[in-house]
Amino acid sequence: MKTRTWGILAAVVLLTVLPLWFAAAPPAVPGTAAPAMFGGSDERAQQAIGSIAPAYKPWFAPVFEPASGEIASLLFALQAAVGAGVIGFWLGLSVARERARRADGASTSAQDARAD
Amino acid sequence: MHIMEGFLPPAHALGWAAVSAPVLAWGLHAMGRSLRAHPERRMLLGVAAAFAFLLSALKLPSVTGSCSHPTGVGLGALLFGPAAMVPVGFVVLLFQALLLAHGGLTTLGANVFSMAIVGPFVSYGVFRVAAVLGLSRSVAVFLAACLGDLATYVTTSAQLAWAFPDAVGGFYASFVKFAGIFALTQVPIAISEGLLTVLVVNAMARFNAQELRSLPVMALGARKAA
Repeated sequence: MKTRTWGILAAVVLLTVLPLWFAAAPPAVPGTAAPAMFGGSDERAQQAIGSIAPAYKPWFAPVFEPASGEIASLLFALQAAVGAGVIGFWLGLSVARERARRADGASTSAQDARAD
Repeated sequence: MHIMEGFLPPAHALGWAAVSAPVLAWGLHAMGRSLRAHPERRMLLGVAAAFAFLLSALKLPSVTGSCSHPTGVGLGALLFGPAAMVPVGFVVLLFQALLLAHGGLTTLGANVFSMAIVGPFVSYGVFRVAAVLGLSRSVAVFLAACLGDLATYVTTSAQLAWAFPDAVGGFYASFVKFAGIFALTQVPIAISEGLLTVLVVNAMARFNAQELRSLPVMALGARKAA
């Protein structure tokens, strides 16, 4: 069980890290500059729309745009932190609860033993 | 899978919103009813929502040389049924549309449809089929989360292809192009999401066995395993 958990974690890390070396360069859309490595796939889709329908103009702009890439990553980190925080709280609570349950079980069985 | 703000023609944007809104209302209703009947599920639903928040904030590099993010909605779908994850996915997408300029308000309907409706429903369906086939819980959870994630990105590709058919090849050529961007990038990321979901479900099975047994879907898997 333990080994399998670590194995799964290692697989996730490898799946994330290996593409950094083995990724193919994204194909350039004709008429535009070669896309940067590891840009967002959402932006790649935007470029593809530009090449399929060059006349298309977005008809609505975002109401609020993060002032810079740094602010955007701050907000993304915040989103991840909220999620990780809740999961950490649950995991900590669960481990403590199980430990308490086990200690409880052990002490009651000890009392049972004394009572006999 | 976020279709950027303004990047769907108005008719498409309205159409997807009209499709998603009633499903969202139904999801809210179903979630409220389930929590009123089983208040002890609040904790695990919170964990499922947190998992979606966490995973959809992580943009991971992929073999195609671009980055994309997992959705994290599969976990909640196979614990609580797909309806409960529609509002959760909606909140995540609204947060990103309003504060991050990631996705958008005009494309919210389409994005909710792919990430908060198709993803959870595919996950749930795959899990039920896997349980009926008698696959082990870990394999069933992995397949459900992984395929649900992929289905979201295939849906986005189809939505964009429908809005922007290729001048020569039509819908199909356009779909191949968008799927090459979204679905292909997503393959290793979907595998990661499947593996992470297995880890969380294993932890829940260990620490929250009682609550898990009372969940209809999990009980189905457990009956088959027994």
